[in-house]
Amino acid sequence: MHLVIIGNGIAGVTCAQTARRLQPEARITLVSSESPHHFSRPALMYLYMGHMRWPDVKPFEDWYWAENRLELIHDHATAIDAKQQQVHLAAGPPLTYDALLLATGATTRYYGWPGQHLQGVQGLVSKADVELMAACTPGVQQAVVVGGGLIGVELAEMLGARRVAVTLLVRDAHYWGSVLPAEEAALVAAELRRHGVQVQYGTELTEILGDDAGRVRAVRTSAGQELPAQWVGIATGVQPNLGLAAGTGIETDRGILVDERLQTSVPGIYAAGDCAQRRQPPPGEAAIEPLWYTGRMQGETVAHTICGQPTPYRRGPWFNSAKFFDLEYQTYGQVPARPEAGQASFWWQHPTRALGLRLHYRLDDHLTLLGLNTMGLRLRHEICDGWLRQGASVRHALEHLGAANFDPEFFPQHEAAIVAAFNQQQPELAPLVLRRRKGLLVHLLSL
Amino acid sequence: MTTSTIFSSPQPLAQPVHDTPMAERGWLAAVALGLLALLVAAAAPEGLCGPAFWLGLGALSAGTLGWSRYKFGRGPAGVRHNNLWARASTARGAVAWVTGLVLTGFYVVLYWWPQYLENLIRPLDGLSHALRQKPADQWFLYGTFYTLAVLLMGGRALYKYRHSPYQRVRTVSVVFFQLGFAWLLPGLLLALQKPEFYFSYFWPLKYDYLFPGTVDYLVRDGQALGVFMVFWGAVMSFVATPVLTYFFGKRWYCSWVCGCGGLAETAGDPYRHLSDKSRAAWRWEVRLIYPILGFIVLVTALLWLGAAGLLPGWFTSSHSSGLPLVDGLSPVEGLSKVYGFFIGSIFSGVIGVGFYPILGNRVWCRFGCPMAAYLGLLQKHFSRFRISTNGGQCISCGNCSNVCEMGIDVKQYAQRGEPIIRAACVGCGLCSTACPRGVLNLENGPREGRYQASALISAESLRILE
Repeated sequence: MHLVIIGNGIAGVTCAQTARRLQPEARITLVSSESPHHFSRPALMYLYMGHMRWPDVKPFEDWYWAENRLELIHDHATAIDAKQQQVHLAAGPPLTYDALLLATGATTRYYGWPGQHLQGVQGLVSKADVELMAACTPGVQQAVVVGGGLIGVELAEMLGARRVAVTLLVRDAHYWGSVLPAEEAALVAAELRRHGVQVQYGTELTEILGDDAGRVRAVRTSAGQELPAQWVGIATGVQPNLGLAAGTGIETDRGILVDERLQTSVPGIYAAGDCAQRRQPPPGEAAIEPLWYTGRMQGETVAHTICGQPTPYRRGPWFNSAKFFDLEYQTYGQVPARPEAGQASFWWQHPTRALGLRLHYRLDDHLTLLGLNTMGLRLRHEICDGWLRQGASVRHALEHLGAANFDPEFFPQHEAAIVAAFNQQQPELAPLVLRRRKGLLVHLLSL
Repeated sequence: MTTSTIFSSPQPLAQPVHDTPMAERGWLAAVALGLLALLVAAAAPEGLCGPAFWLGLGALSAGTLGWSRYKFGRGPAGVRHNNLWARASTARGAVAWVTGLVLTGFYVVLYWWPQYLENLIRPLDGLSHALRQKPADQWFLYGTFYTLAVLLMGGRALYKYRHSPYQRVRTVSVVFFQLGFAWLLPGLLLALQKPEFYFSYFWPLKYDYLFPGTVDYLVRDGQALGVFMVFWGAVMSFVATPVLTYFFGKRWYCSWVCGCGGLAETAGDPYRHLSDKSRAAWRWEVRLIYPILGFIVLVTALLWLGAAGLLPGWFTSSHSSGLPLVDGLSPVEGLSKVYGFFIGSIFSGVIGVGFYPILGNRVWCRFGCPMAAYLGLLQKHFSRFRISTNGGQCISCGNCSNVCEMGIDVKQYAQRGEPIIRAACVGCGLCSTACPRGVLNLENGPREGRYQASALISAESLRILE
C-alpha cells in the first residue's frame, strides 16, 4: 500500500506514525510545502520571542523520518486526480496512491474588512506567517490584534516581548466569551492588564487604513475610534484549506466533509485535522476541531481506518490547555461559558492570587461532574478523565481533589480551602470531607 | 556533540532588542566596572591592588544583584526567556566566546600558574586569617570566588524563578551547602587545626576521599574527628547515596547539595539551554561517563590493593618511565595522577566551567562526573523518582528540552505520554517550570508502574479504542 499524506502537521504525522506501526511494510509519503520537517505549530510564538530556534521546535530529529521509512517530499500538492489515484505536485512528478489523507490544515480567516490586504496585516497559523511577522514587526511601535481567543493573546505576548504597544480588540463583553465563564475571563483580563495589554471589549474591527506605500497605519473600530497601528494581527479564527479538494468530487462545506471514520465522499480519500468537518458530530461536539490534540487523535484514528481497521473517531472527554502570558489554563469535559438549565457550577478563587478552579455539574441526584476549568493550577489529566468517563459526582471529585493535584512540589495546596468553600456555598448538603491529599506518596500510604 | 549543531546554530527569528533601558545599562556598567577593577587589581602595583580588588568585588556584587532585581525582580513573575537564543551572551555569540575564554584562562592560570594570581590572593589574607587562621592561597581565592558566584547568581535565580516554590527552595539549598559546607566549615576546620574537609563532597566525585593516602592522613591528623570524616565519607558514598537516591532520585545531591551542581544551577543558569539534545550527544554521554566511573573505581581499588600489599611489587614501585606527568611514579600512582590531571582538573574545571557559555552549564555533570554516573545508575534502576507527564496535554513545543541542562530531549517522552526516567536527570525541575501546559511534574512514588505511559496519548497504543 502506498499512503500519501498531504500536510505534515500533527494530524498527518500522527497518521503516518500510526500507519507505520500498523503496516510495517506500507510505503508512506508525507507531502508538505510549508516546511521540510514536521514542527510544533503551537511553538511558533517561541521562535519569534527567541526562546527557541527552528530545530528546537521540531518534535523529532531529522534522522527519525528515514529510520522509520517515512518519505518526506517538500513540495506543493496542486491537484488530485481521483480516477487515476494521483496527486500532482508543483515541482516533482505525480504521486500514485492507494490511500490519500488530506491533512491540509487551516489558514487565517478574514472577514472581508476593507484594507485587509494591506502590508502588515496578517494572522499566525503557518511557519511562513511567523517569518513574515518577524520581518514586518521591527520598528513597529503600536499594534492592534483582532480577536479575543487564544491566538490573540499569543500575538499580544509575542509583540510585548519586543516592547510593541498592543491593543486587543475583543468582540464579546469579556475575553473568549464563547468559551470562558466570566470569572475565568476576569482572571485573564487581569493578567492582560498586568502585562500592559490594552483591551477593548465589545469592540470589532471595521476598517484597516493604509498609507501611500500600501502599509497599514491605523484601524477603525466599531466604537468609531481610529487606533494607530503599524501592524495588525488577525486572530478571529481559522478556516480549513479546501483548495486541493476543489474539482475532485470531494464534498466540502466549511471544511472537507468526512464521516465518523474520517472518510471523504470519494473512496480512498480521507481527511483529518483542522481541514476536516464531521458531517454528524455527536451532540456537544464541534464539527470542526482546529486543535493540536484533536488533530493528533484524528490522525491516529484515520490511520486505523486506512490500514483496514475501520475506526470511528471518538475523542473521549474534551480537554484543552493554554497559557495566557504567565497564567496557565486547563479544561476537562464540558464547562459552558454561561450556565445552562439543570446544571450548576462551583467556582473557587484564591483571595489574593490568580488561581481558580471550577467544577461544573449536572443538578441530578448524583450531582454528576461534567467538567473542570483551572486557572493557575495544574490538574492530573488521567484523574479528571477518569471522573468524567465514570460519571463521578462533584462531591467525589472534591473529596478526592488531592489525587488530581499536579502542581510541582512545595506549591501551596488549596484543596482544603476549596472543599471548605463548597461546604459554605452548599449548606444544605452534607458537608464534604477532603479524603485525598496530593501526591503519589500519599496515594501509596492511603492504599 | 556534533560540531555542526554547536558551531552553526541557525539564526532564530527573534532579533535582540538594542534599546536596553538606561537603568539596565547602569547595572551592567557596574558589573563591567567590577570586572575591570579586578583586572586592574591582578596587574596593579602593591598599594593599589587591595583597593582595586575590593572595589571590583563590590561593584561586581552590587551590579549583579541590582541587574538581577531590575531584570527579573520587578513586574509579573514567570518564565522569562525572551531573546535567549538571540543574545550574543547566551547564544554562543561574541560575548559568550569572550566569557568562555576568560573563564577557561582563569582555570588554567589557577591550576598551573597561580603565581600570577598573587595580587588577587593577597587582598584576601585578612578574610582568610579571620576564617581559617592562615594566609590566603590560590585555593582560598578560588573557593571565595566560587562561593560568591553561587551567592550572587543564586540571588539572580531567586529573582528569576520567584514564581516557583520548588526553584526557590532548591536555590536556597545549593547556596546553603556551598556557603556553609564548602566554604565556612572547611575554613573553620583549618582554624581549629583540623584537616580541611568538605562534608558535601563524596567519593567518587571527590575521588581522593576514599584513597588510602587520604584516609591515613585524616585518621592520623584529625584523630577522632578524622575518623568521623572517613566514616562520614564512606557512609555517604555507600549507604546514604543509595538510600536517598531511592527515595528522591539523583536530585537530592546533584541539584540540591553538590557544589558543581550549585554553580551550574546559579552561575550556569543563563547557559542551560546550550546543552546538546541530539541523539549523537546522548551516545557521547554514555561513552564517556561510565568509562570514567570505571576508571576511578579501578584506580581506587588498585590503590587499596597496593596499600594492602596484594599487588605485585611492579605496580607499587616507582619507575622512571620518561613519560610526562607520571615519570618516577609507580603505575598505580601514575593512574591516579592521570585521572586527577585529565578528569579532576581539566575536565571538571577547565572544560566543565570554562565552557559554560559554549557547551552549557552541565558539561562536566553530564559527560564526566563519576558521582553523576553512579547516582544515575541508581536513579535509573533503584529509585522511586520519575518525571510524570500529564496525560495527553503535551503540545511538543520543546520548551522542556530547551531548558534541560542535561541535554535530555524531554519532549520525546512528554509527547508520548511516558514518564521520564533517565540516568542523566538531575531533577532541577526547570522542564516542569518552563512547560506552558502543566505537563511535567517531578514525583517520588511507588516503583511499581514507574514506566507506565499514559493511556491518553501515544501513537503506540490507540487511546480512543475502548
